[in-house]
Amino acid sequence: MSTMDFSTTIGNAWFPAPTFTASGCASSGRELAQFFPLRDMGGVVTKSVMSKVRPGRPTPRMAETPSGMLNSIGLQGPGIDAFLAKDVPYLVEQKARVIVSIAGETIEEYSTLARKLRAVSGISAIEVNISCPNVENRGLVFACDPEASRRVIDGVRRTIGGELPIIAKLSPDVTDLVSIAKGVVDSGADGLALINTVLGMVINVDTMRPHLGGKTGGLSGPAIRPIAVRAVYQVHAALPQIPIIGMGGIASGKDALEMILAGASGVSIGTASFGNPTAIMSIQNELKQLLIDRGFNSLKQAVGYAHRPTEGE
Amino acid sequence: MTLINKNAKQLHAPIVSNKRVGQYHQIIINIGEVAATCKPGNFVAISVGGDSSRMVLRRAFAISRVSTSSAVGGTMELIVAPHGQGSKWLCQQGEGVVLDLVAPLGTAFGIPTEPVSVLLVGGGYGSAPLFGLAELLNARGCRVDMLLGASTGSKIYAPMEGKRSVNSMRIYTEDGSMGTAGRVTDPIPEIVRDLNVAVIYSCGPMPMLAAITKISNELDVVHQCAVEESMACGIGICMTCVLPVENEDGTISNLRSCIDGPVMDGSKVQWDRVGEQL
Repeated sequence: MSTMDFSTTIGNAWFPAPTFTASGCASSGRELAQFFPLRDMGGVVTKSVMSKVRPGRPTPRMAETPSGMLNSIGLQGPGIDAFLAKDVPYLVEQKARVIVSIAGETIEEYSTLARKLRAVSGISAIEVNISCPNVENRGLVFACDPEASRRVIDGVRRTIGGELPIIAKLSPDVTDLVSIAKGVVDSGADGLALINTVLGMVINVDTMRPHLGGKTGGLSGPAIRPIAVRAVYQVHAALPQIPIIGMGGIASGKDALEMILAGASGVSIGTASFGNPTAIMSIQNELKQLLIDRGFNSLKQAVGYAHRPTEGE
Repeated sequence: MTLINKNAKQLHAPIVSNKRVGQYHQIIINIGEVAATCKPGNFVAISVGGDSSRMVLRRAFAISRVSTSSAVGGTMELIVAPHGQGSKWLCQQGEGVVLDLVAPLGTAFGIPTEPVSVLLVGGGYGSAPLFGLAELLNARGCRVDMLLGASTGSKIYAPMEGKRSVNSMRIYTEDGSMGTAGRVTDPIPEIVRDLNVAVIYSCGPMPMLAAITKISNELDVVHQCAVEESMACGIGICMTCVLPVENEDGTISNLRSCIDGPVMDGSKVQWDRVGEQL
């Protein structure tokens, strides 16, 4: 039996394993429960929830691309009240660790959502999704604007006080990711989720129009993994004390290890679960074995290991 | 709250046989005990392309029939048209190849509690799951009549043994190359009236399902249809396969065709709003 410490922490939240669902890729979590006990993974990051019921974008919402896919869901969801009444109690009952992801159209909406979460028991952390690409107005992608990013996180932090860890989910579609990351950390984020999908488009050559109903969509899957590894590496170099949940095309334990070495304290699995409902459990088991094989005594030792100085320096 | 994906199992299942039937492939897969939980209307999600594939998403296929008593144990039959990259790959896989699949998924056709008269309407290879359904309805004492339609004769899927469970089978092709020239929906009103049909079951392309819904609404007959929307996951987590459906309270929601379907009440689906912003 190995004694390798596989746990990870984000702010004051402790997780026995560093493997999570990616927001928007596990719906409410209930759908995956047939395939493995939800408490067996590090935690469930729920689909980003907004204040009100939201129908989402028109179909087609999906296009498979080489080693990836575009999605254009547009934050379809039940709204925070129904979510708190139905979905969170279910996850808590399953003894899953829960990170609730929130999304808003305005800075005030994020604060309103945070207020509703403040008194809810059983939540380990809040993910503040300021980077969903599937919104009508690109100006509303807060994570593309350093000042707007800061103001959203500041509002959430003031509302929930100092208790619940805040994880800011950022977009790779920016010129200077590190400065945006620094801004949200200064405003009170305890951790970062990197990366959201990359904005993309597919044009159907038969209809000769954009394939997706929403025209543009978010690219995910192994096609974006090098972008995610780069983003995690750059941000970890600048902010080595800030825990990062790395995501973007992780489909194997080896992929997860790459993200940990780049500087992630945990990983989220999204598109891989679409292709394989038990992907998270396979990745979790493979990652653990790879860390043991490389002689690490803990996950924490491996975080950012790719940044160590070369021998002789 | 009912469980989602209640009977679904992920398994590695070998192909028993793969035969070309006209423009389609008939693929039989050994799924063991899982066959006992598959019902007409359910579908299977299959991983395609092998380990190094650039195709990251599963492909969904209607389960056309299951057998719990074949020589190799429980099997499922799929009728696959080699249209896209994933289905082409599947059609190329021979006997003995082990597939990674998840089944059964989705809703099943509801079976009447009384032995009523029913009409089954299939478009193209969408007719495949109707034959297993016909056997079940026939065994329950229903009068089963079937209409098959396609643009042209080579796209009709009508196995010889399929006729055993139906009172009549009529074929319609738009180009007149097989059966009667015309649309499969043309004779529906007359058949419904003449045979006092209580339920229409349908499976095929969306315009056909929409046209049948118009007729079933006018004639006040139940219409259970199996929809086909493109899916990324098949298990309810990706939210891509949604259709606008009327709720109990009259509002309209985007429902997932993988877990709230594929079998839906045709009268509730808002066919004219598919692809619109709700």
